[in-house]
Amino acid sequence: MNKPRVGVLYSRVRVEEKLLFEAFERRGVTLELLDDQKLIFDITDVDHHPYRHFDVIVERCINHSRALYSLKILNDQGVKTVNTALCADICGNKLMTTSALAAARVPQPKAFVAYTPESALAAIETLGYPAVLKPTVGSWGRLLSKVNDRDAAEAILEHKETLGSYHHSIFYIQEYVKKPGRDIRAFQVGADTICAIYRTSPNWITNTARGGTSSNCPITPELAEICTRAARACGGGVVALDLFEDPDRGLLVNEVNYTMEFRNSIAPTNVNIPERMVDFCLDVAGRGWNAANGWSEDEQPHLASISLAEGASA
Amino acid sequence: MALQTATGQTQCPECLADITLNKVMQNEITQCPGCGAELEVTALEPLTLALAPQEEEDWGE
Repeated sequence: MNKPRVGVLYSRVRVEEKLLFEAFERRGVTLELLDDQKLIFDITDVDHHPYRHFDVIVERCINHSRALYSLKILNDQGVKTVNTALCADICGNKLMTTSALAAARVPQPKAFVAYTPESALAAIETLGYPAVLKPTVGSWGRLLSKVNDRDAAEAILEHKETLGSYHHSIFYIQEYVKKPGRDIRAFQVGADTICAIYRTSPNWITNTARGGTSSNCPITPELAEICTRAARACGGGVVALDLFEDPDRGLLVNEVNYTMEFRNSIAPTNVNIPERMVDFCLDVAGRGWNAANGWSEDEQPHLASISLAEGASA
Repeated sequence: MALQTATGQTQCPECLADITLNKVMQNEITQCPGCGAELEVTALEPLTLALAPQEEEDWGE
């Protein structure tokens, strides 16, 4: 294959994007940057659209909605992307992720979904206190609620229904896992779990975006196996998985992130994450999505129907 | 063609402190060393900074 034509769909240039750009440049790849603030898609034109010359487009949007819709349009127009719309659709929504992991029998914390404050309260009481309420779409540990008792549950459910937009009334309720002051963030690139960190924090929310500190976590066969299964269940590609260590059940997958941030994980792991991402993107450009993931050609749909947040599937 | 960058001095739009930028790109996010404001490079020629947009609900990984 001649030099691949690679586009990067982005919102703004953070540390991660700059590291990726530099990694592509070191391979001699000339990038075309696609600023999502300026994009106009003609979604009715699948034959003469301006993206057909790309061998792959790498998605690095900050907004989930922009990423998801852009990937859907591009995939429907026949453009290969990293990640795919399917992956973004599943990973960008905790309800969708949990459902996909459950279908693949990947161990995860118990979770319920309910649609009214009354049924949500019943679900919380079935799980027992404390329980965790999460928005189905959101990141960086925002708007997570650890619900310690019935008084707190009633107050939070009322606030969510009254003050939140409609999708805050889709109540996603997760079991609270008593983790040992840390969780695991693992990085999956295709079929390989390339590295992982422990995120340690005295707070129950351990995101490094919220002040959690990071240190290297060795890749055990058990960790690699669960990460690979979980990534596959969520559409494959380049993803970052958050896992809990449960004293009785072992590793549980909490979340799978599809536009992963990695700035705090390169130094502790000593793994050049952006270089590995570039390897995968160029592999998708050259051999296609399934081959880059190590799948057979007839496995996993590359193009899929789509839903945004709690909207109906197409 | 290599990605376009710029180096030079400009002002923080929040506290008016002088800021020296090194090889920054269009839309790059930086922080003012004076007031800590999160800033976005909105132009390379001349180097211009604006306050970065507020976080939205569906932002993140």
